[in-house]
Amino acid sequence: MSQREVVKSISQLMQKEMIGRNYDRITGGAAKVSSTFVPGNLNELLMCFDIANNLPEINAIQNAMRKKSGEMITEAERAGHSEDVCTYVKADIGMMAKGNIAPNGKPFPDPDVLLLSYTGCFTFMKWFELLREQYKCPTVMLHVPYAADGRPTRNMRDYIVKQLKEDVIPTLEKVSGIRFDIDRLRGYLRKSAVAEDDLVWMLESSKRRPSPIDCYFGGVYYMGPIFTAFRGTDEAIEYYRLLRDEIEDRIARGLCAQTPDGDMPEEKYRLVVEGPPNWTSFRDFWQMFHEAGAVVVASTYTKVGGVYDYDGFRHDPDHPLETLADYCLGVYTNRSLPTRVDMLVRNLQEYDADGLLINSIKSCNSFSAGQLVMMREIERRTGKPGAFIETDLVDPRYFSAANVKNRLESYFQMIDQKRRSGGSAASAM
Amino acid sequence: MGARPVQEIVAFCQEIFEDLHFAKAREWKAARPGRKVIGYMPVYVPREIVHAAGMLPLGILGGGADMEVIHGDAYYQSYICRIPRSTIELAITGKLDFVDGMMFPSICDVIRNLSGIWKLLFKDKYVRYFDAPQNFRDEVGGVFYANELRELREGLERLGGRTITDGEIRRSIAVYNENRRWVNRVYDFRAASPWKAPSAEVYLLMRAGMVLPPEEHTLLMREYLAAAEAVDRPMRDNCRVLLTGAFCEQPPLNLIKSLEISGCYIVDDDFMLVHRWLLEEVPVDGDPIWNLSRAFLRHSAQTAAKYEPDMAEKGSYLIDSIRRRGADGVIFAAPSFCDPALLDQPMMIRRLEALKIPYITLKYAENSGQMQPIREQSGTFADSIKLWSAS
Ligand code: SF4
Ligand code: SF4
Repeated sequence: MSQREVVKSISQLMQKEMIGRNYDRITGGAAKVSSTFVPGNLNELLMCFDIANNLPEINAIQNAMRKKSGEMITEAERAGHSEDVCTYVKADIGMMAKGNIAPNGKPFPDPDVLLLSYTGCFTFMKWFELLREQYKCPTVMLHVPYAADGRPTRNMRDYIVKQLKEDVIPTLEKVSGIRFDIDRLRGYLRKSAVAEDDLVWMLESSKRRPSPIDCYFGGVYYMGPIFTAFRGTDEAIEYYRLLRDEIEDRIARGLCAQTPDGDMPEEKYRLVVEGPPNWTSFRDFWQMFHEAGAVVVASTYTKVGGVYDYDGFRHDPDHPLETLADYCLGVYTNRSLPTRVDMLVRNLQEYDADGLLINSIKSCNSFSAGQLVMMREIERRTGKPGAFIETDLVDPRYFSAANVKNRLESYFQMIDQKRRSGGSAASAM
Repeated sequence: MGARPVQEIVAFCQEIFEDLHFAKAREWKAARPGRKVIGYMPVYVPREIVHAAGMLPLGILGGGADMEVIHGDAYYQSYICRIPRSTIELAITGKLDFVDGMMFPSICDVIRNLSGIWKLLFKDKYVRYFDAPQNFRDEVGGVFYANELRELREGLERLGGRTITDGEIRRSIAVYNENRRWVNRVYDFRAASPWKAPSAEVYLLMRAGMVLPPEEHTLLMREYLAAAEAVDRPMRDNCRVLLTGAFCEQPPLNLIKSLEISGCYIVDDDFMLVHRWLLEEVPVDGDPIWNLSRAFLRHSAQTAAKYEPDMAEKGSYLIDSIRRRGADGVIFAAPSFCDPALLDQPMMIRRLEALKIPYITLKYAENSGQMQPIREQSGTFADSIKLWSAS
């Protein structure tokens, strides 16, 4: 990352401090540690056992933003991992080979348990089978069926609840030595729901013109606490309150979205983005947008760890295990393509966006397979133009700044043209 | 069927294999009004239920080596394997227009998302994403799976406009038990005398089973075995290999031939695992849904798409097959960009290395054209195995 000065708000500073404290807890040696995934992560449940939550995807992102992931991926490929597979896995495996150092500079301890929340991504299963060989620790699978028909069924929910009761909870009890207390879980879930309300308010604040926030590049920061080790805590409630205050203040002052280089002076384009961002050139990537006056008003990546706006899901303390099941079933990548299309169509319309941009990630079949069809379907339904770019998550070899910039520039031109003509624009593939 | 010579049986299978219009399945459908055909993709679906509904399960394995993909590339990025794009190509060029429904098993995210593409593009068709449990306890995964089977049954009942009785499912279970018995006999025969049953022939014979009704396929295998046993063919000085990783997108037939020509007899493989997925006979009495569910939980093949709860057991299915078949080495043949095969491979390799079992890895696409490098690689592999076993 360049040496440009980054403008940070109080909520960002708070989040930084929260993340730092979590890494200190993970590496401190006092707490038992689990590894688990962002989609469908069961933070409230882990908290019932005082288990610290370590998320390898987040570690891969941290390493990518520090420009370290490239060498880790090469390391994993040298050790026999295919160049064709997800780079998160390889960044994680490569990190182990390089001493498994956490962002706080201390070595990660071996996890006490691998909580394989198998939600929305096939790779997760193989990833933890691979890690299990390394760590030889208890591994517990939570199989979340795919909501292929757009709606979870009773059978799916019952299956998840049974796994929680018969496998996941007993394993966590054994690992931690703490008996499961369902009321403790309820307490955390209640807190989750409070933070989730403010989170949805934040997501929807970008319906305004100008949008006070960027809901993709900025959004990934705003989603941090709810998608990681803080959902269910007082800190998360406080963080989202603070964020809400900040956004309300921005709205009152009529400010455009905040970026690392300050507030956008003008909002020229409003986009909806599908797919994860690229992390290795995150700031440059963002800059290509905000310099052109483009703000992302809604994105699917901010739903990857849970969908709260589309059908109003909130964690429900009155049905603690069932609500965990519903949460897992509802994460974005566990939803059918027609549902994803519907979500995006609604976003384009409700957020009054100019068009849809798909950042197609080489690593990620879960997101990427089918995106071209989705784009055409969404263009057809909304009459708004789509554009398609290809990058990768944490592999710097697959981010071509010149290509991405060219594609974006021609897309913005197309939107301009469409505005002038008032007609429909073809896709910028 | 009369006693046809091997070449004739193989030519019959080859014709089925090359026919991307699926004439045999179309004929079956046309023979009686109201018949329905249900396509399915790898790796496993319970064909018994489809069969019990009086429908024809039709295995769709992509477009093969020779089909030109013109439209499919506009549906998929270059870094996604080829089978979904060629399958889409089959559909949008009308080659699957007679297929009334499609089943997409839970093998990977590409096939999973293809189920959604089907829903978006072919709105009038029955589409079923078929999830199988990754939890293998009767009261957990077993109950879930039994309910999924029931949902499938109900879906097919609606499509077919009639109920599917337990008796019909039992009869279909028996039909597939019999079919599997003969599939296993063919595999056993090839493992015992690979020069008498070249892998390309066995492959084509199994491919025919993706299109023909199971009863016909069983007869075909019986006929082939009798004919192949009767023919004297020269035994080559080949090594014996097990091929694994090709459970979804299929390699070109030429690749299979090239491996044998270059000195490797394939004595086991995971092509079309659906034929051999269940490892034991499914009981024909009692609740047929429970029987199918239990067979899946307790006696089904281990493959990359399935979770192995016990780390110590990971890879043991492969090692057992190597031992049972007397294989000298393993060829990991994975489709390019295939997450399940490629992510699983390092774990399997570690097992083999611990046991000093030789292996090579290669990648292919269903339309790979250049066989020379593969021939050289497998030829060198065969030579090294021979040298190693001679020393
Ligand atoms: S395949 Fe996609 S969802 Fe799965 S681990 Fe990789 S990036 Fe995450
Ligand atoms: S070849 Fe592999 S990645 Fe492609 S659809 Fe089949 S299992 Fe999935």
